[in-house]
Amino acid sequence: MTRYLARRILTLIPLLLGISLVTFLLATATPGSPVSRLEFNASARPADVARIKAQLGLDQPPLVRYFEWLSHVARGDLGLSLITYRPVSTTIFEKLPATLLLTGSALCLSLMFSIPIGIYTATRRNSWIDRIATLVTTGGIAVPTFWLGMMMIVLFSVKFRQWGLPTLPSGGMYSLHGGGGFGDRLLHLMMPAVALAFVQTAVWTSYVRTQMIEVLQADYIRVASAKGLPHWTIVGRHALRNAMLPLITLLALDIPALFGGAVVVETIFAWNGIGRLIVNATMQRDYTVVMGEVLIISTITVLANLLADILYQIADPRLSHG
Amino acid sequence: MDDTHPAVSNVRQVRQSRSGARLSAPAASPLRQMWRRFASNHVALFALLVTVLVLVFSLGAPLVSHFVTHRGYAEQVLLDRFTPPFTHGYILGADNLGRDELTRLAYGGRVSISVALLATLSALTLGVGLGATAGFLGGWYDALIMRVTDVFLAIPVLVLLLFIASLHAFGPFSLAIVIAGVSWMSLARLVRAEVLSLRQREWIEAARVSGASDWRIVARHLLPQTAPLIIVWATLTVPSFIIVEATLSFLGLGIQVPVPSWGNMLNDAQKFYAQSWTLAFIPGALIYVTVLAINLLGQGLRDALDPRLQR
Repeated sequence: MTRYLARRILTLIPLLLGISLVTFLLATATPGSPVSRLEFNASARPADVARIKAQLGLDQPPLVRYFEWLSHVARGDLGLSLITYRPVSTTIFEKLPATLLLTGSALCLSLMFSIPIGIYTATRRNSWIDRIATLVTTGGIAVPTFWLGMMMIVLFSVKFRQWGLPTLPSGGMYSLHGGGGFGDRLLHLMMPAVALAFVQTAVWTSYVRTQMIEVLQADYIRVASAKGLPHWTIVGRHALRNAMLPLITLLALDIPALFGGAVVVETIFAWNGIGRLIVNATMQRDYTVVMGEVLIISTITVLANLLADILYQIADPRLSHG
Repeated sequence: MDDTHPAVSNVRQVRQSRSGARLSAPAASPLRQMWRRFASNHVALFALLVTVLVLVFSLGAPLVSHFVTHRGYAEQVLLDRFTPPFTHGYILGADNLGRDELTRLAYGGRVSISVALLATLSALTLGVGLGATAGFLGGWYDALIMRVTDVFLAIPVLVLLLFIASLHAFGPFSLAIVIAGVSWMSLARLVRAEVLSLRQREWIEAARVSGASDWRIVARHLLPQTAPLIIVWATLTVPSFIIVEATLSFLGLGIQVPVPSWGNMLNDAQKFYAQSWTLAFIPGALIYVTVLAINLLGQGLRDALDPRLQR
């Protein structure tokens, strides 16, 4: 286990270096630089432009600049925002908790619904509940998240107001007037979390169902039911553990999708997290912020994959003995 | 267990039937068998119909404009802003600038679907090219390609696209190429694995013994075997690219107005929830129907082309 862990962590190094290299190359290969504006300014003297370039290190060859940049990134210095001139790392890390709250809630919602529904429909195949659930999951996988979010606003915020019903807040993380309490924040979290969780829930429900059906056909399950064990003991104690194993990997693989979804959902519901930050920074061409986000989100993705591999090792005894 | 490709086992069947050993009736051609499997799946058939209808509607956008709505996609009648559907000759209503929604939907679909198709073709070329060469050549080249694949898989696609959007403004063509550039990895892995398992087979050895060049072996003997895999991947990728394009355009970072796309029509509609909810509903519903239909079509194709590909 320790050897596996060490080997697995060592593979992170080339991966993270690769991510940083791709990010750097994309930014460097783009025509123009932070001093382009000066270069095309008729009243700027070439000597001054050259001096500023040298100060910023832009006269160095790309490879030197890459290692210079990498050494700063390794120390947690992601540079300054081109718009606000605040450190990129502070800008991102002060908005990260909001995103983690949103993605975390969506994750919990997805698991809360997909696992029980998946298990139940697997044990009651071709019942009417199973048929409805299959129809909803097949249809649910194709729903565009941004459209779902918009339709929720149209219904619960706009139409409900016109019909005189209680409405849900269409955006923001808390009310500006007398807001900020727990109930108020929960109310604001509701629509974004559901919108973000919906597609994921559909995917996972059908996945849990397929897995469970497969496991329920295994020989050892037949043995258990031949021994006369009650149905739900077999499902809960014997089948569930094996059926849930692949879900760990699936969870980790869907982390990037969750962040992608957060970008969209945060923009629609004006949720002040890193997803909305990256969209706004992209619009303002504030590419140092975008670059920082690419690095941080990719690192989180890579670490989530590592965590999933480790969990899988712990959960599946066949792997650590084999 | 006979794990050869269905096409191969078909050939065997045909040969056996020719020698008169087993069957008296001639076996159906593989293509006909595939179609029979596909046509027995009513959901997939219906999905095919819907897909064709959406394609005709969007790729024939000028015809829709000329014969059905009698309006251009940029024609503004400011007095008719927010006309509801089925009034004053606007079949699906008019948008915030008094432009006919149905006409814009057709033209927007033309852009969205062309971008998705072009991106799929480009990703196909990249993924098949890199995956097949990596699997066939092996060695350091294979290792390099697989590490690059790992790196690209670790960066969320949408985040990477936003990063590129912060550096360049997209047109329809460049957007398609960029989408392909960040999503060829899964196909490269699939094709590589398939080539790795195929290159050990007898008929490849036979080709090599009879003096075929590497290039000929890959192009004539390996790639045709991966065709079902590639076709299914492409069909299931088109809808995901439609969503990617729509998401980017919805965020205001993809196709730029005045060129309509389903995504940027929704971006426009976002500001006018209270005036007209149909403007927000219709383009999204069309995206949903299209994506769902092509998804179901892809699943039907997967079941029909190669039963082994089923999970």
